[in-house]
Amino acid sequence: MAEWVEACAAEDIDEEDVVRFDHAGRTYAIYRSPDDEFFVTDGLCTHEKVHLADGLVMDDIIECPKHNGRFNYKTGEAKGAPVCVNLKTYPARVEDGRVMVELD
Amino acid sequence: MNETLPGMVIIGAGECGARAAFALREEGYAGPVTLIGAERHLPYERPPLSKDALAAEAPGIRTIAEADRFEAADIRLMLSCEVAAIDRAARAVRLGDGTALPYSRLLLATGARPRRLPPAEGSKHCLYLRTHDDAGEIARRLRPDARILIIGGGFIGLELAAAARLRGSAVTVLETQSRLLARAVPANIAEIVQAEHERQGVRVLLNAGILELGERGGAAVFRIDQPGNDAGSGPTEIEADTVIVGIGAVPNVELAEAAGLAVDNGICVDACLRTADRAIFAAGDCCSFPLEIYGGRRVRLEAWRNAQEQGALAARNMLETDEAHASVPWFWSDQYGLTLQIAGLPDEGAAVVRRDLGEGAFILFHLAADGRLVAASGIGPGNAVARDIRLAEMLIARRAAPAADKLAAAETKLKSLLAA
Ligand SMILES: Cc1cc2nc3c(=O)[nH]c(=O)nc-3n(C[C@H](O)[C@H](O)[C@H](O)COP(=O)(O)OP(=O)(O)OC[C@H]3O[C@@H](n4cnc5c(N)ncnc54)[C@H](O)[C@@H]3O)c2cc1C
Ligand code: FES
Repeated sequence: MAEWVEACAAEDIDEEDVVRFDHAGRTYAIYRSPDDEFFVTDGLCTHEKVHLADGLVMDDIIECPKHNGRFNYKTGEAKGAPVCVNLKTYPARVEDGRVMVELD
Repeated sequence: MNETLPGMVIIGAGECGARAAFALREEGYAGPVTLIGAERHLPYERPPLSKDALAAEAPGIRTIAEADRFEAADIRLMLSCEVAAIDRAARAVRLGDGTALPYSRLLLATGARPRRLPPAEGSKHCLYLRTHDDAGEIARRLRPDARILIIGGGFIGLELAAAARLRGSAVTVLETQSRLLARAVPANIAEIVQAEHERQGVRVLLNAGILELGERGGAAVFRIDQPGNDAGSGPTEIEADTVIVGIGAVPNVELAEAAGLAVDNGICVDACLRTADRAIFAAGDCCSFPLEIYGGRRVRLEAWRNAQEQGALAARNMLETDEAHASVPWFWSDQYGLTLQIAGLPDEGAAVVRRDLGEGAFILFHLAADGRLVAASGIGPGNAVARDIRLAEMLIARRAAPAADKLAAAETKLKSLLAA
């Protein structure tokens, strides 16, 4: 069952940056885009299980810290070698300065 | 390109060759693409071979793509197939069985092979690591009761040492230089690496020369001299059940050489990865090329991302573009929980600025005499240094000369220097 969960304060994430969010035994990455929108994906790279929150956000790309695999964090799309499996994405919204995410 | 037949031929189905084959399709090339590889496996990633693959007795293989993806891209994959010669006049490669295969453009992505250690030749105790099959044999021997001697304190030797300790083997690392990783990283990073290996129970012997290899009671016995130690303090003999040699790699240039192509520490190519023969390209570990960011200094890299990038670049240039290689070398190594990352070549630097990131993680920025950032090397637990190394790489590519005090201050975001 999908449920909306409060993840963090909007101000906890810099623009064009990412933080890690753990919930119910799973790990996610929450992004704030350069145009101040929020996005959520699974937290681990699909190449090896590495936390994407240690990676670098550039425009709408998250680059994995381990081998520089790239994903579009808005769509989850893997952008080529070495990553070929897409990331799962989740809906996010901001309510009263809190980032809410809808998780499975 | 209007010339569709006979098409593109790639020799070497490793990281570089496989990437090139897919890149030809991504660029819209519709003619025949043939990828020829001497190994029996589908193209696979080598970096795990000295890391996770050794964690179990029977290593898994991490393929770059499964057979159906090659099929879907209409790439003809010829495995267990060795190219014996290149006939430039006929524009054809000759296979081991004598078959000729014509090409309109040819890419040499033949990689490198381990440098051999003469005293170890012919010994059944001595192994090398380059292929999945090599890793399988090594993994089988890393038993808890095994005495493993690793010759060479470079990246492969040290990753092997870490893997062997994690399996519980007794490990000695023998290095002829006065410190570990002498070729690749600054001394203060090498010290941290050595301290971690010693903490994990590895015996590290520096300044050691191997005199000869013998055998006693079914084990290998290396007689060594250790001029760096006080007389009598170091061992002069080491007994081991398995010896793994990791003393560097030599590029596979013989095909190119026999075909009359220039070789200089690798198959010589220009910035577009072309040899002097306009129909033949070389890329990855087998080639030496002018590194544009350092004024065209000729280098050969043995690095995974470079193999991918050059494979893709060669593919584009095989299709008649003239794109010059412009990226910054990048390398990583994992040992125990430590990761090391290096962007650029540290030996280009004249001065060093250190940035501490906490939890023992730090980055050394290497600056040229004119203040330009030319390289960055970092070490720390997990991915602690990754983001700053990646940003440093972008600064290097832009030929930026950031102020030393900004680089040193961890609270200054490197991203803000990039915007400047
Ligand atoms: C154990 C190990 C660990 C590594 N770890 C790291 C790391 O942590 N980080 C990093 O950046 N890099 C690492 N590397 C380096 C990286 O794997 C290489 O840079 C990369 O594999 C080079 O790709 P390549 O395609 O140029 O060559 P290769 O991967 O060597 O592939 C070349 C292929 O060509 C085939 N071939 C050669 N001659 C012929 C012929 N005549 N006919 C047919 N086929 C032929 C070979 O059999 C081989 O399969 C590691 C390498 C090894 C071996
Ligand atoms: S773990 Fe993310 S690219 Fe390899």
